[in-house]
Amino acid sequence: MKDLLKRLKNGEIFIADGAMGTMLMACGLKPGDVPESFNLTQPEILEKIASLYLDAGAEIIQTNTFGASPLKLSFYSLDGKTEEINRNAVLAVRKVVGERAYISASCGPSGRLLKPYGDTEPEDVYSSFERQLKTLIHSGVDIICIETMTDLTEATLAIKAAKTVSPPTPVMATMTFDPTPRGFYTVMGINIEQAAKGLETAGADIIGSNCGNGIENMIKIAIEFRQKSRLPLIIQSNAGLPVIKRNTTVYPETPEFMAEKAKELVSIGVSIIGGCCGTTPEHIRALCEMVDRRIGKNR
Amino acid sequence: MDLLKEILEHLQHGDDEKVTALTKKALEEKIQPKDILDKGLIAGMNIIGEKYKAHEIFLPDVLLAAKAMYAGMDLLKPLFIQEGIPTIGKVIIGSVHGDLHDIGKNLVGIMLKGAGFEVINLGNNVTPEKFIETAQQENAAVIGMSALLTTTMPVMKRVVDLLKEKGLSGRIKIIIGGAPVSEEFAQEIGADAYGYDSVNAVETVTRLMSKSR
Repeated sequence: MKDLLKRLKNGEIFIADGAMGTMLMACGLKPGDVPESFNLTQPEILEKIASLYLDAGAEIIQTNTFGASPLKLSFYSLDGKTEEINRNAVLAVRKVVGERAYISASCGPSGRLLKPYGDTEPEDVYSSFERQLKTLIHSGVDIICIETMTDLTEATLAIKAAKTVSPPTPVMATMTFDPTPRGFYTVMGINIEQAAKGLETAGADIIGSNCGNGIENMIKIAIEFRQKSRLPLIIQSNAGLPVIKRNTTVYPETPEFMAEKAKELVSIGVSIIGGCCGTTPEHIRALCEMVDRRIGKNR
Repeated sequence: MDLLKEILEHLQHGDDEKVTALTKKALEEKIQPKDILDKGLIAGMNIIGEKYKAHEIFLPDVLLAAKAMYAGMDLLKPLFIQEGIPTIGKVIIGSVHGDLHDIGKNLVGIMLKGAGFEVINLGNNVTPEKFIETAQQENAAVIGMSALLTTTMPVMKRVVDLLKEKGLSGRIKIIIGGAPVSEEFAQEIGADAYGYDSVNAVETVTRLMSKSR
C-alpha cells in the first residue's frame, strides 16, 4: 500500500467506512450480545460488511475491534480470547479488501475510569491497549484508529502504546464531543483545543472527532480543530441522534443530507471523512460521489 | 457552622481526606450528624450538581466530589443505626437487561444520594423481574432505568408492562434515561417520566415522589 501520510500531505481526500455496530445489528447481533463475539463465531458477517463498504467506495475499512481490548473484554469474561478476536477481525477484512483499501484497526475506550476519579491504574490501561495493538499490528493492519475517546489521559495512553508497538504505523485519534453553552466538551471535560494539543503531543498523526450529535455539529468541531492544529483531520459523524419510531431505531440524517453537508468538511480541509453510528454503505456512497464531483477524482 | 462550610468547600474540591478529617472533628464538637449530612455533605453535592448542570465542571469533578461525600457518609452511618441515614425517599436504579454501560446510571445514583435519597443500585444487566421484586421488597417509590444502547431500550417497556400486570402502576413510578432515550420514548412506552441528565433526574424523581404522596 502507498504511504497514507504522504498521500494526505499531498492533499488527497479519503472516504472511510460507516457504522459497524448498527450494521452488526442489522446482521443479527442481539441486544446484550458482545459485538466482537462475531469475530469468533461468524467472521463471514465481518467480511460481508467490509465488502459492502468497499463496494460503496470506502478506501479505509475498519476492523470490528472497538471493544476488543482485554480490559473491555473482561466485562464479558472474553479477555482470554483477546488475540483470537483481534486477529480474526483483521483477517476477515483483509480477505475482502486485499490491497484495495487501507485497514484501520478500531480501538475504543477501555470502559474503565482512571484514578483518581476512577479505580483503574494508568499502567493497566496502557498494557491493555498494548496487548490489543500488538495483535492488530502483527495481523497486518495499515492504520491504528483510537476512537470515541472522552478522557485525554486514556487517549494518550493508547496512542503511546500504538507508537511503542509500531512507530511507523500511522495513528488516527478521535474524541467525542457534546455541544454545551460554553462550546464543545467531552463528558470528561476536554475541549477541542486541549484535544488537538494533547493528541498531537501524544504522537497521533491524524486527529479529529467521531460519533457526536450529527453532521452539522461536526462541521463546527472540524473548524475548531483546523484552527488549533496543522495535522491532517478525520471526521466520522453519526447520522444524528437516534429517534424511536414504532419500537425501531431510526437515525434521522439521510445519505443525501450528510453528503450535502459534508461539502463543508472538504472546504475546511478535512482529509478523511467517514461515518459513525447509523451511517450505512449508502451514506458512504453518497460521500464518495460528493468528493469525486468536488475534486474530480476518478476511482 | 464554619466547620460545616469547610466540609462543603472541601467536598467540592473532591478532597476526601479533608472531608473525613473535618467530619470527625465536627462529630467531636458535638455537631448533630443530621446537620453534618444536610448542611455539609448534601449541600456540597447540591452545588456540584448545579455546576455540572451548567457545564462548569465535568464528570471527573463529580466523581471526586462523590468520593468525598461517601467518605463523610461512611463516618455518619453508624450514628444513624436506629433510624438509618435520614432519607427523603427510596429509589431503585439499574441499567436494563443486556446493557452493560453504567457510568451515566451511577452518576444518577450519586446525584440522588447527594440530594438525600436512599439509592439501591442494582448495577447493570438488570432483568425486569429483578427491578420490580426489589422495588416491592424495599418498598421503593421509584424505579430508575437506564439504557445506552438502542437495542436494549425495549426492555424498559417490558418493565412498564410487567408493573401494570402486577397492578403496581402508579404506586411504583418509573423514570427512564440514557443517551438514546427521549421524552417521546418515555411517553410511548408509558413510563412516568424521563430524565435528560443526572441533575434533571433528581428534580424529576423529587416531583414524582411529591405526586405519589
